[in-house]
Amino acid sequence: MSAVASNARGTASRGTASLTGAPWFTSLVTVVLLVAMLGIGGAVYPGFLSLQVVFNLLIDNGFLLVIAVGMGFVILSGGIDLSVGSVLALSTMICASLLHRHVPPLAVIALVLFLGACFGGVMGAIIHLFKLQPFIVTLAGMFLARGLCYLISVESITIDDPAFTAMSQTQVPILGGFLSPGAIIALVVLLVAIWLAHFTAFGRAVYAVGGNEQSAAMMGLNVGRTKVLVYALSGFCAALGGVLFAFYMLSGYGQHGQGTELDAIAAVVIGGTLLTGGYGYIAGALSGVLVLGAIQTLIAFDGTLSSWWTRIVIGALLFVFCVVQRVMGGRAKS
Amino acid sequence: MNARATNAGDGTVKPTPPDAPSQARTAPARAAWLAHPLVRPIGALVALLLFDAFLVPGFFHLETKDGHLYGAIIDILNRAAPLMLAALGMTLVIATRGIDISVGAVVALSGTVSAMLIGGTMVVNNGTQEYVANTPMALALAASLGVALLCGLWNGVLVAGVKLQPIVATLILMVAGRGLAQLLTDGQIVTVYYKPYFFLGSGYLAGLPFSLFVVAAVFAVTLLLVKKTALGLFIQAVGINPVAARLAGLRTATLITFVYVFCSACAGMAGMLITSNIKSADANNAGALLELDAILAVTLGGTSLAGGKFSLVGSMIGALIIQTLTYTIYSLGVPPEVNMVVKSIVVFAVCISQSSEFRNILRRSA
Repeated sequence: MSAVASNARGTASRGTASLTGAPWFTSLVTVVLLVAMLGIGGAVYPGFLSLQVVFNLLIDNGFLLVIAVGMGFVILSGGIDLSVGSVLALSTMICASLLHRHVPPLAVIALVLFLGACFGGVMGAIIHLFKLQPFIVTLAGMFLARGLCYLISVESITIDDPAFTAMSQTQVPILGGFLSPGAIIALVVLLVAIWLAHFTAFGRAVYAVGGNEQSAAMMGLNVGRTKVLVYALSGFCAALGGVLFAFYMLSGYGQHGQGTELDAIAAVVIGGTLLTGGYGYIAGALSGVLVLGAIQTLIAFDGTLSSWWTRIVIGALLFVFCVVQRVMGGRAKS
Repeated sequence: MNARATNAGDGTVKPTPPDAPSQARTAPARAAWLAHPLVRPIGALVALLLFDAFLVPGFFHLETKDGHLYGAIIDILNRAAPLMLAALGMTLVIATRGIDISVGAVVALSGTVSAMLIGGTMVVNNGTQEYVANTPMALALAASLGVALLCGLWNGVLVAGVKLQPIVATLILMVAGRGLAQLLTDGQIVTVYYKPYFFLGSGYLAGLPFSLFVVAAVFAVTLLLVKKTALGLFIQAVGINPVAARLAGLRTATLITFVYVFCSACAGMAGMLITSNIKSADANNAGALLELDAILAVTLGGTSLAGGKFSLVGSMIGALIIQTLTYTIYSLGVPPEVNMVVKSIVVFAVCISQSSEFRNILRRSA
C-alpha cells in the first residue's frame, strides 16, 4: 500500500502531493473533522453551537487533555504508556486519603505530582536499562498502580477539603462563557508542552529518539536520559490528570479512569501523531481530545443513542486514522 | 549467575526427572537440563503448589462426590480453562512478534452472541420443566465461533495486509468490540436458561470438568499442528526475521493472518466457556483484562515477547501459575485486589530476568 502511495505521490500533481504529504496533513484532517462535527451538531441540535458547549468539552476532558499531552511525548519518543489510567486512579486515591487525614492540600498535590513523576521515571529506567518493550513494562506498571489503589482502600473516599471543593465549583468567566480552574490548568500544561516539544533541546531529543534511536545515540544524544525523562513526564502528567480528576469528581476511587489510557492513545493518534514515533505534534492532543469529547457530547445531545456508541465511533475513528496515516505517511515501520 | 543458583534451588526441590539420564550426571548434562526453558516455569509452579500445600490444609485432597472429582487442584484447573485457551492463541501471535490486546473484547462478543442465540426459556410441558433454546445449540456455537473468526480475520488483515503495528491494529477492536457487544445486547446482561449449554462450562465428563477436555483438545490439536507439520517452524521463522522468512518463500501475510484468526478462535471458545459457566453474558465485564493475563501467562511460560521461539506447554504452565497465584491469594484471606500488585511484581521480575542486559550485568558482577 505504501508503495502505491509513494508512486502516486511521485506522479500526481504537485499541489495535492504537497498537501497530503505535509507533516500536518492528518492534524489538519482532525481539525476539519472537529469543525464539521460541531457544525453538524449545531445544524441538527438547537443550542449545540454555543461557546459554552466548546468550553464544556474542555471542562469535562481537561484531565484527559493533560494525560494525552504526556502520552504524546511518550508516543513521539517511540514508546507507549499503558499505566496512565491507573496512575490517575492512584493519584485520586492518595489525594483523597491524605486530605482525609487533614494534610494541607498544596502539600498533597506536590507529593502526588512528585510520586507520579517518580513512578514514570522508574518505568522509563527499567525500559531503558533492560531494553524491555515499553508495552509490557507499563502494563506491569498499570497493574501495580491499580493494585496499590486497592491497598489504600477498596471503597471510594469522598473529598470534602475546602480547597478542592473550591477548585471544583469556581467558574472563571472568559469571553462570555466560563471555564473551570482545571480546564485552565490543562490549557496551560498544553502550552508549556508545546514549548517543551518544539523550542527546547529536550523536545528535539524526543523527536530524534522516536525517529531512530540508533541514529540519535550516534549523534551523541543521551537516549537513556531522554527516555527516562519522557516516562517521568508522562507519569507527572498522569498524576496531574489525577489531581484534576479529583477536582472534577471530588472523590478518590480505585476504579476511576479505567480505559483512560485507551482514550489518551486514541486522542494522540486522532490528533495526527504516528504511533511509530518521531512524527506528529503535541498540539494534536487538543484536537484529538476535543474530537473524543465532541463525540460524547453529540451522543448525549441526541438522547436516543446509547453510551456504547461512543466506543464504537472511537474505534471506527481510530481505524480510519491509522489506515489514513499508514497510506498517506508511508513512513510507518512494521 | 544468581539466576542459575535459584534454578538449582528449584531443581533440588523436585525429584529427579525420569528423562534425565541418571548415571550421566556430569556437569554439562546437568547444566543442559537446567537450561531447559521449561525449568523455570515448572519450578515456579511447583514452588507455589508446595507453598499452598503447607498453608492451605487439604490442598492436595481430592474426593469424589456423585462421581465428580472435587478438590482445590480441580478447581484451579477448571477456573484456569478460559485463560489457558486464550494463552494458547496468544502464544502463536507473540511468536510472530505480534500482540493481540483484543482478546477480552472477542470473549465478550462471542459470549454475547452465543448467549443471545441460545437465550432459552423454561417451558412447563405436561408438568415437567423443559428448556428450549432460541436457536439450536450447535448453530449458536458455530455462529459464536464464526464471529470470533471474523474478529481474528479483521485483526489479521489489519496487521498483515494494512501493515499496522499489531498493538494498534488490535487496539481498534479492543475499543470497539465491547461497544459492539453492548450494542447487540442493548446494554443488558443476557441470562441463559438452557441446561445443555451449561454443560460446556460447568459439566462433568468422566469425573472431570468438561472445560478441561475442551482445553486438552485444543491444546492437542495445536501441538500436533505445530510439531507435526511445518507450521511451527514457519511461525518461528516469521518471528525471528519476517523479511528473511518472506524472502525464503514463506507466505508471511497468510501465516500472520492465520495466527490472529487462531488467537481469536481460542478467545471465542474461552468466551463460550465463561458465558456457560456464569450462565449469562455481560458484555461490559466478561473477559475483562483477560488479554493481559494471557500475555502474562505466555511471558511466564518462557516465550519471549520479541518473537521467535515459543513454548505452548510453557504458556499452559504460565496460565496455571496465574490461577494458582489467584487461588493462593484468595485462600490466604488477603484482599483479592492485592493480586494485581503481586502479578505486576511477577511481571517485572520475569521480564527483567529474561532480558539479556540483566544477564550481562550478572555475568559482569560474577
